[in-house]
This record gives sequence, structure tokens and C-alpha cells, in this order.
Amino acid sequence: MRPLTEEETRVMFEKIAKYIGENLQLLVDRPDGTYCFRLHKDRVYYVSEKILKLAANISGDKLVSLGTCFGKFTKTHKFRLHITALDYLAPYAKYKVWIKPGAEQSFLYGNHVLKSGLGRITENTSQYQGVVVYSMADVPLSPLNLPRHIKEGEKLLLHHQEAN
Amino acid sequence: MEGQSVEELLAKAERDEAEKLQRITVQKELELEFDLGNLLASDRNPPTGLRHAGPTQEAELRALARDNTQLLINQLWQLPTERVEEALVARLPEPSTRLPREKPVPRPRPLTRWQQFARLKGIRPKKKTNLVWDEVSGQWRRRWGYQRARDDTKEWLIEVPGNADPMEDQFAKRIQAKKERVAKNELNRLRNLARAHKMQLPSAAGMHPTGHQSKEELGRAMQVAKVSTASVGRFQERLPKEKAPRGSGKKRKFQPLFGDFAAERKSQLEMLRVMNSKKPQLDITRATNKQMREEDQEEAAKRRKMSQKGKRKGARQGPGGKRKGGPPSQGGKRKGGLGGKMNSGPPGLSGKRKGGQHQGGKRRK
Repeated sequence: MRPLTEEETRVMFEKIAKYIGENLQLLVDRPDGTYCFRLHKDRVYYVSEKILKLAANISGDKLVSLGTCFGKFTKTHKFRLHITALDYLAPYAKYKVWIKPGAEQSFLYGNHVLKSGLGRITENTSQYQGVVVYSMADVPLSPLNLPRHIKEGEKLLLHHQEAN
Repeated sequence: MEGQSVEELLAKAERDEAEKLQRITVQKELELEFDLGNLLASDRNPPTGLRHAGPTQEAELRALARDNTQLLINQLWQLPTERVEEALVARLPEPSTRLPREKPVPRPRPLTRWQQFARLKGIRPKKKTNLVWDEVSGQWRRRWGYQRARDDTKEWLIEVPGNADPMEDQFAKRIQAKKERVAKNELNRLRNLARAHKMQLPSAAGMHPTGHQSKEELGRAMQVAKVSTASVGRFQERLPKEKAPRGSGKKRKFQPLFGDFAAERKSQLEMLRVMNSKKPQLDITRATNKQMREEDQEEAAKRRKMSQKGKRKGARQGPGGKRKGGPPSQGGKRKGGLGGKMNSGPPGLSGKRKGGQHQGGKRRK
């Protein structure tokens, strides 16, 4: 377990900033405690200082996880965001997409969402923007990259696995 | 009224004088002891005013300090003075108090191997003369060192001994032997030093070929042998099918796990700020390099133009081209300074240019 290097932090921040923009500083600098990012076996964990101190007592090969896993670094040092980060991304998301109940189930099982399945979408969402997908009951489902500019009456394909 | 005010003024002046005198002269029961070399004044008067058991008497302490300092300064003013580069300087006498040691007493060093041996055998150092008579050169020469008396490497004629190979180079042999002796001496010196500092020398413990070494030991010996060259193994060639050794790069250093959380947070916020600023940050080294390259290219182009024109028109225009309109001064790591070239162009030489403003849009970034 170790802190992230400059390079790794930058790659990770760039990825996360696609979804939450400058609200990222609220994750870094929290009023209710010191939270930090730590790397353990190529996975990045967002953990409070208290838990970190406890986790330091466990040997590396026996430690499975700590705090919240935000994602992992691949062998070629690219950062892949995981679904477990959703709890922290959703409240700070800048652009949101709501999908209708009918399409929701299909989306969760990995299918594409057509344009007709979209309920609401925040204004000024640009092409290839990173958004967080919500269900109509305001339950965050997944972070996602929009594939194309939204135009009226066009079939739009949003794939669940296109998140990263 | 005026008379009164004048009198008042005079009285005030007199009082000021008296006060000043009183300030400069200080009455003490016992004289202070001065060590002007160390700027030291020792006051042996019993501190009656400070004997109250209670909170510290700030005002009294301060008054005491002021008085003693005044006396010290009075003494300093009586020293002989001289002038050093527009400053009047007092020459301090030699310090008379002996200051205690700054560092602890050096501990005795362990004896070298020779010293141990000599002590054991009871060998005393024999007193020898420094110079020895050298027959060959007919002078007194050193016993050892530069241009010593009997230097066998410097002989110009060596007889080949009876049992030696006639093709052998005796001179080279002597020089080689000398080098080996020097190397051995150096090794022993380093060993003695390591023993004195209780450090470990890299030992050749498992490296001698025994014929019964395991694969790992042989591998280790091979690695050590590879690195034991003057360039630390940098230019050693590998065998045709030999693979590069794994893990021979530099070991990376990471921040500690519980480093300074505040510092970590600060650096992350700074990185975020830079990322969010949406402006390409000015990389100063790249900017200056680009600038310098452009300037060099322009100068080269100008020189080429000048040489062409000069051949044709006989050098009519002087160097009209060193006009550099001011680039933004933040990129200024250039030797010789950008400022020197800024306004140096002759103003009205060629009609095209106006007032030092540089044409061409390439350089602006």
C-alpha cells in the first residue's frame, strides 16, 4: 500500500474530473475528515485517515480492500473507474441523464439505451461528455460517456460498458 | 513670559545633559570584569534587587542589563580604532577566557594491523635519515617518494636473469610489480580505515572458484565480476545468447504511507487548480528554447541576406537588423539578457520598420 505518485494522481484526477469537474476538490479537501487516496495492488482506494491507520496493521498480501475502491490502474497505467466509485461521483455529478423505468432494467443488464428511453438530461451536455445515469427515482446507476450529440428524433445508443 | 520660557528651556537642557551623563556613567559597587576579545562583561555585584521571591522583575532586569551593556560599550569605545573601507572599526584584544570544547574528545582509533603486529613483537620504529646517497646520480636523494634514490623502475639497463624467458619484457615486469604493491597497500589502508570506522568492506567471501559452487553462487559471482570494472559494468558485452539481467534498474522511491496529510492535500489541490485553469501553462524552459531557436534562425537568415547584398551593393546598409522588439520578459533565462538587445537598433535606417516594432508574427508565443 502506498500513496499515489504525481503522475498517477494526475491520470486519476483527469478521469474523475470528466464526471464531476471541479467538484473534485470537495473530495480531496473535506470538511468532515481527512480522506486520502491510496494504492494497493494497482487499485485506488479512497479511505479516511482513521481507517487507513487501522489498515496499516494488516499485511499487504492479506489485505483485500479498504475504504472505497475508486478504480484501478491497468498494466499500461491507464485508470479505469469502477462502479464502486458511484457513491462519491453521483452527488457531485455535473451532467446527469435520467432513463425511463422501462429502459432501466435493460440498461442494467448491459444493453444499449435508445433515445426514446431517455427521460431527462441536463442542459448543455456536450458530445462525449461524461455523465452519470440515474433512474427516474433518482437512484444513480452508472457513470457513462455520451457517444454523440443529442439531436431530436435520433436513435441514440448508450452502452453501459462504454463508461470508461 | 519669554524670559520664563527661555529659562525653562535652559533648565530643561541642563537636566537633559545631566540625565545623559547619568546614563553613560553607571555606578557599581564592584567593577565589572571585561574580556573584550569575547565581548564579555562579568558582573559580580550581588543582585539585591532581584532577590524578591515572586514574579520576575522585568523592569529591574532590564535596567540591570542596560547598565552592564553601557559599561561594556564604554570599554569598547576606549579601544584603538582603525578605518576599514569607510567604517570605523575597533581592534579587539585577544580573548582571555578559554571557551569549552565544542565537540567531544576524539576517541582513540583502533590500531592498524602493522601496529598490532609491531606491538606484539616489540618492534620499535627505527630512526632513519631522510636523504640517502645515490651513487648512480651522484646526489643525495630521498629515501622514498618522488625521485627517490633506488627506483628500480627507472633503470635504463636490466640484465635478463638466467632463468627468465628471453622474450619477457623486464621493464614492464618491474612496473607491473610496482603497481601490484601500490594496489595492495591501498587495499590494506582501506581495510584499516574500515576497521577504524567499524564499517564493512565488500568482501569476496563466496567468490573464489572452488569447483563445488551452486548455480546461485556462480550467478552471483558472475554478476559481481561483471560490475567490477572501471566503468562499473557499463560497457561489458554480453554473450550471444545471454539475456539482460532483470531488476537492474533504479529502485523507485515512494512517499511514506502516513506522510504529511496536509501537504498531500495541498499538492493535490494545486494540481487540480492547474488542471482546471483551462489555460495552457507556460513552460518556461520550452518557451525560452523556442525563442532562442527562432532568434538564431532569424540571425542566420539575415547574415545570408547581408552577404548576398554585400556582394552586390558593396555593403551599403550597416547591420540594420538587430532590432528585437521586446518579447515578454518572463522567458528570460538567456545568457546575456534579452534586455540588452531591446532598443539597440538604429532607428531610422530602413524605411519599412517603424520605431523598433518587430515585424513577423512567428515569435509572439
